[in-house]
Amino acid sequence: MAGGTFEKYKSDGSLAGNLLEWVDARFPATSMWRGHLSEYYAPKNFNFWYFFGSLALLVLVIQIVTGIFLVMHYKPDASLNANGVPIAFASVEYIMRDVPGGWIIRYLHSTGASAFFIVVYLHMFRGLLYGSYRKPRELIWLFGVGIFLVLMGEAFFGYLLPWGQMSYWGAQVIVNLFGAIPVIGNDLSILIRGDFVVGDATLNRFFSFHVIAFPLVLIGLIAAHILALHETGSNNPDGVEIKALKDEHGIPLDGIPFHPYYTVKDIVGVTVFLMVFSIFMFFMPEGGGYFLERPNFYPADPLKTPPHIAPVWYFTPYYSILRAMVWNFFGLDAKFWGVVAMGASVVIFAFLPWLDRSPVKSIRYRGPLTKVMIAIFVVCFFILGYLGTLSPSPTGEIISQICTVFYFGFFLTMPWWSRMDKFKPVPDRVTMKK
Amino acid sequence: MSKQGKMDCGRRNLIVATAAVGGAGAVAALVPFVSSLLPSERAKASGAPVEVDISKLEPGQMMTVEWRGKPVWIINRTKEMLDTLPKLAEQVADPKSEKQQQPAYAKNETRSVKPEIMVVIGICTHLGCSPSSKFKVGAEEGMGADWLGGFLCPCHGSTFDFAGRVFKAKPAPTNLEVPPHAYLADTRIIIGEEKKGA
Amino acid sequence: MKKFLIALLFAPLTAFAAGAALHLDKWPGAVSDKAALQNGAKLFVNYCMNCHGASFMRYKNLLDLGLSEQQVKENLMFTSDKIGDLMRVAARPDEQKQWFGAAPPDLTVIARARGSADGSGADWLYTYLRSFYRDEARPTGWNNVIFANVGMPHALYGLQGYQTLNHDTHKLELVKPGQMAPAEFDKTVSDLVGFLVWMGEPQQEFRETLGYFVLAFLALLFVVAYALKKEYWKDIH
Repeated sequence: MAGGTFEKYKSDGSLAGNLLEWVDARFPATSMWRGHLSEYYAPKNFNFWYFFGSLALLVLVIQIVTGIFLVMHYKPDASLNANGVPIAFASVEYIMRDVPGGWIIRYLHSTGASAFFIVVYLHMFRGLLYGSYRKPRELIWLFGVGIFLVLMGEAFFGYLLPWGQMSYWGAQVIVNLFGAIPVIGNDLSILIRGDFVVGDATLNRFFSFHVIAFPLVLIGLIAAHILALHETGSNNPDGVEIKALKDEHGIPLDGIPFHPYYTVKDIVGVTVFLMVFSIFMFFMPEGGGYFLERPNFYPADPLKTPPHIAPVWYFTPYYSILRAMVWNFFGLDAKFWGVVAMGASVVIFAFLPWLDRSPVKSIRYRGPLTKVMIAIFVVCFFILGYLGTLSPSPTGEIISQICTVFYFGFFLTMPWWSRMDKFKPVPDRVTMKK
Repeated sequence: MSKQGKMDCGRRNLIVATAAVGGAGAVAALVPFVSSLLPSERAKASGAPVEVDISKLEPGQMMTVEWRGKPVWIINRTKEMLDTLPKLAEQVADPKSEKQQQPAYAKNETRSVKPEIMVVIGICTHLGCSPSSKFKVGAEEGMGADWLGGFLCPCHGSTFDFAGRVFKAKPAPTNLEVPPHAYLADTRIIIGEEKKGA
Repeated sequence: MKKFLIALLFAPLTAFAAGAALHLDKWPGAVSDKAALQNGAKLFVNYCMNCHGASFMRYKNLLDLGLSEQQVKENLMFTSDKIGDLMRVAARPDEQKQWFGAAPPDLTVIARARGSADGSGADWLYTYLRSFYRDEARPTGWNNVIFANVGMPHALYGLQGYQTLNHDTHKLELVKPGQMAPAEFDKTVSDLVGFLVWMGEPQQEFRETLGYFVLAFLALLFVVAYALKKEYWKDIH
């Protein structure tokens, strides 16, 4: 219904009514409310997987609000204070100890970072299960992939800021990846760092990217993502287009107003999510060394690499793919191909709408082949993620190479296997669990 | 949705209950954010009491020390200066220091522990400027001919006498504030603490 | 297919479980033991702070251990006279760098940094501080079983006495006892480690207490929100 025309609000004569009429004549207040909430018709059969879109939005708000307050106390400064500790590192501990309530805000932000990726991965997996990227929703998916890429950048820049050992050496390794690009690589990594090693200049520009540039782009892409969604309408677990069947008022037969039905449902989802979030934040804020990596409690030391460096968990699948590439091709060395493979492993998501040739959208009406392929993909994704947290080893290398082949095989052979499968007939109407 | 005129009572109660619980949670969630705006432990530590040696402060002289980022004046008042105070009782707004602008031990005619030594925060109670000293009697420093000496706030013209008492009909609402302070020894003052802990 | 998947899933686990894990003794203490923490604070100030700072901690934080301001000032404050001051090391880090080659690390968050798959940071510290042995090949005359060629000498030597490493059994042997019997020394180290763990995050107990309140509140919110959702969704079939 978004983009449709709604009548302007007419006052009932009360003071509040008059004010709303005045505003509504000058600003699309009620039409936005109606188009995006009270008369946005969403399929009535959303299940568990459909919580994660609104949860992602909640986590975004948590990150922005906590971020605003952290910036009030954090100092992006790599120089040493009188006690021989980098000022940036010390300012994080200052927030944890000296700022009243600071530890809550900081843990909200650090736990929120991991929560963001958990929620977004589940949100993307939902799209994979129910074919949410299929026509006419390709653009929603593309905006979504854009959000994912920006989010990765945002997380990467943010991870440097505590200026611990993992921050420092993680940034060092990732920035040096650009050095693998032929000809310009070396100069490019110097341009990114603003120095010959990761240093104060790097810290300051990453801070700038993290607190302003990337959040701005992120918010823009999220707005585009939601606007595109409200243009085409939501997909659902049955993959049925609810707009195909409408009642005499033009309302989809299987649609229900987002507000109040999904707002009240999402409040329940938010509550459950916050409980899980609180369990981590209050009882295991380090997330077992995955949310806050232990070596990051050492201040950055450019002279000493920690014995084992690993990216934060949400990057480890791609990091494994990077490490899996050990062969030189076409006169270019393995380092370059590792970077290409890593980049490709993320960007390849963008091609899903055109790789999937299945006649039906939802996994509910697709056959065993699809289910096996998705299962293999998920297993490989987890194994790659797990291996990425470990030190390199010969066994790990072979396993990660096998998984990398399956990872790309899943996408690249999709045009064939997605068509070959057995399919069940798709009903006209959505199904509700009784 | 469009015809929800008949909202039943149970639903209404549930909306109220959810809004109330959720609202209470939202308010509670504000606590860490608002409290993070308060002075941190570092700010409190740098606002710790300050010890001052006044053995070199000559009569008629004034020194300024910093306490919690504010100027604190210590004035060694001469007998002439002290003699002006009773004469001005009619002209100042709060001659007996009724308003809580000083610790109980400084609520007296001279607003001080020892009559001659004045300890006062040099911040005008109007809008926070720091008044300048106008110790010379008469019009010599640009004051009126009947000026007996004291302070003038350059921002909005409030005037104060040698006890930091504000004159009547001036913008500043109260006398200058006397900080908590105590004598560690005859010529050592601690500012910011009533008496030394250890 | 399934078997293959399962094999694939567990391959890494079996491959790496055999990795060279460090054997660490479990730290026997608890952060809630205030008396132990007070003793640990005293040990820290006397034995560690000559070389190491805890520069994110304020002496004032020690009041949370149940000590009075007077006790802290008289027994624990050697580098400062203001209770709000940071627990700085007496020496200057840049000078230390000249003397030792590297400045001894700040210990405020050492217990958080030392955690690993082998055990918690507390376990590591508890083992480390008890694993020094004589090694004349080292410039300090000391080496450590779990931190090979460590730069730090055995600061608690006087209490523990000295140990040597039996190269056949790879076991430590107490050659010359110190002021304390082994069990007493272990308790002392445990207290010191307890203080380091507490110092890593002084509000950790409050954090958990607050967590229970937050969860209880969210449970209440869940009940009403779920009832509200049910109420609305009874219309939807």
